[in-house]
Amino acid sequence: MTVDQAVRPETITAPRERRPTRKRLKTLSTTDKVVLGMMVGIPTLIEACLIWLPSLASIGLSFGRWDGIGSPTNITSAGISNYTYIFTNYPSFWPAVLHNLIWLVFLAVIATPLGVLLAVLLDRKIRFTRIYQSIFFLPVMLSLALIGIIWQLIYSSDNGLIDSLLGIAGKPQSIDFFGDKSINLWAALVAQTWRHAGYVMILYLAGLKGVDLSLKEAAALDGATAWQTFTRIVFPVMKPINTVVIVITIIEALRSFDLVYIINGGTNGLELLSALVVRNLQGEGQDLGVGSAIATVLLVLSLVPIIIYLSRTFRKDRTE
Amino acid sequence: MPENRSSLFGAQVDRRSVLRYAGASGIAVASASILAACTGNFSGGGSATGSKTTTFGSNYSDPAPKAAFASVVAAFQKQSGDKIKLNTVSHNDFQNNINNYLQGSPDAVFTWFSGFRMKSYAKSGLTLPLDDVWTKIGGNFSDSIAKASTAADGKKYLVPWVTYPWAIFYSKSLFAEKGYEVPVKWTDFTTLAAQMKKDGLIPIAFADKDLWPACGTFDYLNMRINGYKFHVDLMAHKESWNQAKVKDVFDHWNEILPYHQTGSLGRIWQDAANAIGAKKAGMMVVGSDQIGAQLTGAQYDDLDFFAFPEINPDFGQTAVEAPIDGFMLSKKGANDKIATAFLEFLGTAKAQQTYLGVNKADIATAKNADTSGYTPLQKKAQTFIGAATDLSQFLDRDSLPAFAADVMEPALQSFISSGKFDMASVESQAKQKYQGV
Amino acid sequence: MSATLGTSSVPLGTSNPITRNKSRNSPWIYVFLTAVAVLWLIPLVWTLYTSLRPNAATTRLGYFSVGGGVTFSNFSTAWNSGFAGYLLNSALITVPAVIITLFLASCVAFAVSRFAWKFNVSLLILFTAGNLLPPQILATPIYQLFKNIPLPLTVSDSGSLLNTYYGVIVMNVAFQVGFCTFVLSNYMKALPDELGEAARVDGASVWRQYRSIIMPLCRPALGALATLEVIWIYNDFFWALLLVQTGSRLPITTAINNLKGEFVNNYNLIAAGAMITVIPTLIIYFVLQRQFVAGLTLGASKG
Repeated sequence: MTVDQAVRPETITAPRERRPTRKRLKTLSTTDKVVLGMMVGIPTLIEACLIWLPSLASIGLSFGRWDGIGSPTNITSAGISNYTYIFTNYPSFWPAVLHNLIWLVFLAVIATPLGVLLAVLLDRKIRFTRIYQSIFFLPVMLSLALIGIIWQLIYSSDNGLIDSLLGIAGKPQSIDFFGDKSINLWAALVAQTWRHAGYVMILYLAGLKGVDLSLKEAAALDGATAWQTFTRIVFPVMKPINTVVIVITIIEALRSFDLVYIINGGTNGLELLSALVVRNLQGEGQDLGVGSAIATVLLVLSLVPIIIYLSRTFRKDRTE
Repeated sequence: MPENRSSLFGAQVDRRSVLRYAGASGIAVASASILAACTGNFSGGGSATGSKTTTFGSNYSDPAPKAAFASVVAAFQKQSGDKIKLNTVSHNDFQNNINNYLQGSPDAVFTWFSGFRMKSYAKSGLTLPLDDVWTKIGGNFSDSIAKASTAADGKKYLVPWVTYPWAIFYSKSLFAEKGYEVPVKWTDFTTLAAQMKKDGLIPIAFADKDLWPACGTFDYLNMRINGYKFHVDLMAHKESWNQAKVKDVFDHWNEILPYHQTGSLGRIWQDAANAIGAKKAGMMVVGSDQIGAQLTGAQYDDLDFFAFPEINPDFGQTAVEAPIDGFMLSKKGANDKIATAFLEFLGTAKAQQTYLGVNKADIATAKNADTSGYTPLQKKAQTFIGAATDLSQFLDRDSLPAFAADVMEPALQSFISSGKFDMASVESQAKQKYQGV
Repeated sequence: MSATLGTSSVPLGTSNPITRNKSRNSPWIYVFLTAVAVLWLIPLVWTLYTSLRPNAATTRLGYFSVGGGVTFSNFSTAWNSGFAGYLLNSALITVPAVIITLFLASCVAFAVSRFAWKFNVSLLILFTAGNLLPPQILATPIYQLFKNIPLPLTVSDSGSLLNTYYGVIVMNVAFQVGFCTFVLSNYMKALPDELGEAARVDGASVWRQYRSIIMPLCRPALGALATLEVIWIYNDFFWALLLVQTGSRLPITTAINNLKGEFVNNYNLIAAGAMITVIPTLIIYFVLQRQFVAGLTLGASKG
């Protein structure tokens, strides 16, 4: 068995070349064509109307001014002034970009490798492995909003667990993990890691189980250390899973809205692009043009990893 | 093979259990749809059409005012025989959601505020004029209250409810015990704060997690240093934020910033108020509506306040920040007779007294209200407001909401944590927000 | 993504005799794993502990203390202050949303995987990419769109899609269909083509092929996806936040945002509310853990 076969299990599950026998549309009856058309058409319509057209509408709105009240005829043209405003004048914008970046780097450098490490260790036929897996995986079941609430109980300066352990809860020198601008981003990242590492662990473990054991054995017989086996043999053949994990890390970093919103609405050191979009959409101070300009920036930033990921995923299919 | 999906947890997915599970979820769906079909009200909630019921959206979510409102609603229901459905939403969420609320499915009557905030919703067309209601209740209010209920088009949009002063609150017994004297001048105030710090107290209890509480300190500093007229013009952006007068405000604030309770950006005002109640902190710039409702029993009885100290003798202590709370009628909510009748009821001294019988944090706006049941704190608040020459509402009620929420409140938070206020940035953001207003 | 599809089809429970040799693992691995596991459990254990203590005891002794007794009254207080309703709201949103999502996704997956279309791949890309976008990008247009879709007042008291369960259901469906389509199409592609051939020879219609041949074979994948989607939609915070205005109509995950406002200073009640929110997911976790993990690794593309 080649390395390739070991990690591309479609060769295991479905070795046959199926394409030639797949039904071509021409040969279908009219009823069948209609049924098939609806089966594809209705979901596509939903997807187009509720995801893609609104995305385009966000871009459109970013060139206008509107307080969101009344009908869209109240929109006046604003040219690129919303963009000049966010780039040059809006004090929260660049911090938000920076925080999104820190979020990404932290997940990529700390949380994701922690998940990979846990997976690699658990792959070593550890005793009680299922118990460990269950524990690490538990937070993945929780919403980020709820994680914000739970960690508030850990982080609170007056009654939180950490400050209580340090004996400074409620005292002037107590540490307010979510309120202190200089540390709340890191506190939130720890909370997010609690969930993210388990997520990565489970995906990576699934991938590791698929790696041909004989490869590892061969390496071990050659006297390779565990580290060498991992970096030289396992990691390279795990390429598809690595891509998935990288993309998930990027997407999670862009999607961390729920957590910061529940902590403090995405203000005071926890500004993120997604939270700024929402801050400009809700409240009395609606400024939909500015909100949409930020949404457009976020859209562009999100499309980069999405396109990379999809082109990798579907390249094979397309060349079929 | 596909049908042999297996899991990480070492066991194969048993086909039968999957089937059983699928069956169970099928039953769940069926019961949900039956439920929906039976109630015929899948979207939940009650519609007001056709019934003798109207809805009332309240942001009075703290326990004391919430209970007080329940008694007002009960009094109206008893008097008229109509029903009011009370929909209470947490204070901050209510404000955050107001635009969506008024355009979505608002209650007929909802709690709101006077000032720019009332005027902007009057102008938006999302609320209705209440001149008819005012022909019945007009006699209950003074001219200044009537003026505060009038929008730019000359029509009245607000039924005034209660008002309350912002001031510096403290514990009487703590002051007596330590021999502190109420400061009148700025230097008295800073000296007292320094003394409190020496005595191991938190001189100024402070919390700004909710973004708005810090505005009170700004308003008072600005009115004391630059006068009421300048404050109003600044709020309307007729004055620039980038000028020496504004810098002066933050220079003064910087003098007292070291006496503020630390970690304020992570603290809710309720916790800061509790520090006054527990006598851990000496003073707090806050509204009686907040601290008077938060502290109860002996802590409430021990509560007293004094005017924000004088800074510029030209302006003395004559301006008072006294927000007026009230009610508006939403356009989209059911505009029926009961809603109007309810508003007329709310605009009477009787209704206000019912409320203040339970909630001792505010005072009535009706001039004919019976004040004999007032607590000493309420009596003092009434005199305090009555003696003022100028009344301000509050930064987020006197200025453009978009500016207050998106520019000023974050800028104040950043000032609190860094001691720096970026006037140039605030001014250029103000230009963006106020354009076309 | 056939690679990830396949990895989970390796029987993971079986162990290899060579690596089975547990003695090769250094004890430090156990020390490390146990330390991480303990850290991992602390937040939930602390929440549970806090939720079981009377407020009077924690006020007197502090939260970091023992004693003062155990009580379930925090749970009943939280339950009676609206959590019962929030849970029902969550069910009314989650159940239909999961069913509709799986139905629509299986339709598209069936069409693209069992028939040769010109736009097969483009369609799949469209669906999958939609699933990966941060939802905040769409917030403004969706809100305005829903505001302007009229509904009769008998169906929606807002007269529009706002403040209804429908609006939240529709958005959850739109966001989740992409992922399910992706997983199911890979799954269906792996089914032998002869199945369809035989049916076609018998003259079975497209609908019958879908209904009677393909869908029954997809049950394991549907079961796994259903579990996963129940959790994800139950955990959705944003759409209800944006679209629902009436507090009593919020699903539980969004309603917990009000916990801090409602139970000011009472961490026991906040913890009890949090635990009530966790319990349904924990039940699913312990009962259907396998399906959940299978669903996750089946697609592995979820963002």
